[in-house]
Amino acid sequence: MSDDPYKILGVEKSATQDEIKKAYRKLAKTLHPDLHPGDKAKEAEFQKVSQAHDLLKDPEQRRRFDAGEIDASGQERPERAFYRNYAGAGGTRGRYDSSAGFQDFADASDLFSDLFGRRGRSGGGFGGGQGGFDARGADSRYNLEVDFMDAARGGKRSISMPDGKPIDLSIPAGLRDGQTLRLRGKGQPGQGKGPAGDALVTVNVRPHPYFERDGNDIEIELPVTFDEAVLGLQVEVPTISGTVSMKLPKGTSSGDRLRLKGKGIQPAKGTAGDQHVRLKIVMPDRVTEEMEALAQRWRDIASFNPRESFGRSS
Amino acid sequence: MSYSESDVLARITRLDRQELRIWVQQGWIVPAQGETGVVYDEIDVARIRLICDLRQDMTIPDDMVPVVLSLIDQVHGLRREFRTLAEAVEHQPEEIRAAVIAEFRTLTQDAD
Repeated sequence: MSDDPYKILGVEKSATQDEIKKAYRKLAKTLHPDLHPGDKAKEAEFQKVSQAHDLLKDPEQRRRFDAGEIDASGQERPERAFYRNYAGAGGTRGRYDSSAGFQDFADASDLFSDLFGRRGRSGGGFGGGQGGFDARGADSRYNLEVDFMDAARGGKRSISMPDGKPIDLSIPAGLRDGQTLRLRGKGQPGQGKGPAGDALVTVNVRPHPYFERDGNDIEIELPVTFDEAVLGLQVEVPTISGTVSMKLPKGTSSGDRLRLKGKGIQPAKGTAGDQHVRLKIVMPDRVTEEMEALAQRWRDIASFNPRESFGRSS
Repeated sequence: MSYSESDVLARITRLDRQELRIWVQQGWIVPAQGETGVVYDEIDVARIRLICDLRQDMTIPDDMVPVVLSLIDQVHGLRREFRTLAEAVEHQPEEIRAAVIAEFRTLTQDAD
């Protein structure tokens, strides 16, 4: 094959970028190695085509190539591991493989059903069933997004599987992000007398606008006013089980942490977590003259310098 | 080697998080469940690249991707079983091997 990227892609030197893209897409459809497992020649050809496309897809690089500033070989592509390298690897059966293609062989030959039927046990492959007699159905995997509150307090959710089957799912309190729930017998149907597989539901917990989670503990940043902090007033704090009242210590600062014992997540087993409240003193949107006057008086009586420790080193 | 979702996204720049999650939801990709979330291994990463190629380079529409994947999975399943069968025949004594080969030739000729 020629080294000329234009010839490789089968386009004229004057081809537009769009024509180059189209030519590449057409060739990719016929040459992609994963569409021809085992065909070495197709892989070599595809590598050349990809290289040629890499060079010509960028107008600037193409210009430099046309001007003779770079040559086609300057575009070495790193060796890529195609899907077939893994799917076709020897040894144990691949996770995605399907031997559904043998199912109808059972009529033609007992040998095939003897040989391949038993394999159904090890899983189905995408979109495929399994050949064989009695075998446990494959597990189905699902991902489910769960509301922060549902995950924290537990609850019920009805979810529909991709095939339309609804499943009632009870969410245990304290469900963690990434945890998997196993629903026995809700997976793929078994072959023959084999039991159905399980549905494995992996949970993604949606973050909450103001609650954060650390295990069974809940953390929240609570905005308080200057006067609430100075006077140590009673403030309302949201928790996952409703609003509670909390007394601030007098003269509390931004960043101080207070603990509401037992107001975290109550798991089915074990003790409840706590809620940690991180205080943040915020100013009103508009400062009035009166407030300014008050602050000026505050300055006159308070000699506190919070930056004292910085001053010494400089 | 295993990769987190973020590792995968860092390795495959033409993929975004939402796309990947949808593919997993659709069952196109079946990552394993790790302690801190789903984990992808080499075969998953290669399969994700393949799906990127299918959709982007070959402009296969989304509703056709599962069709293509299913066919590819079947091809790999069949290839594996055939390879195993060939190995099994290979391990037979010479005369059985010869008999299988002779019979195979007869059958394929008849089919012509």
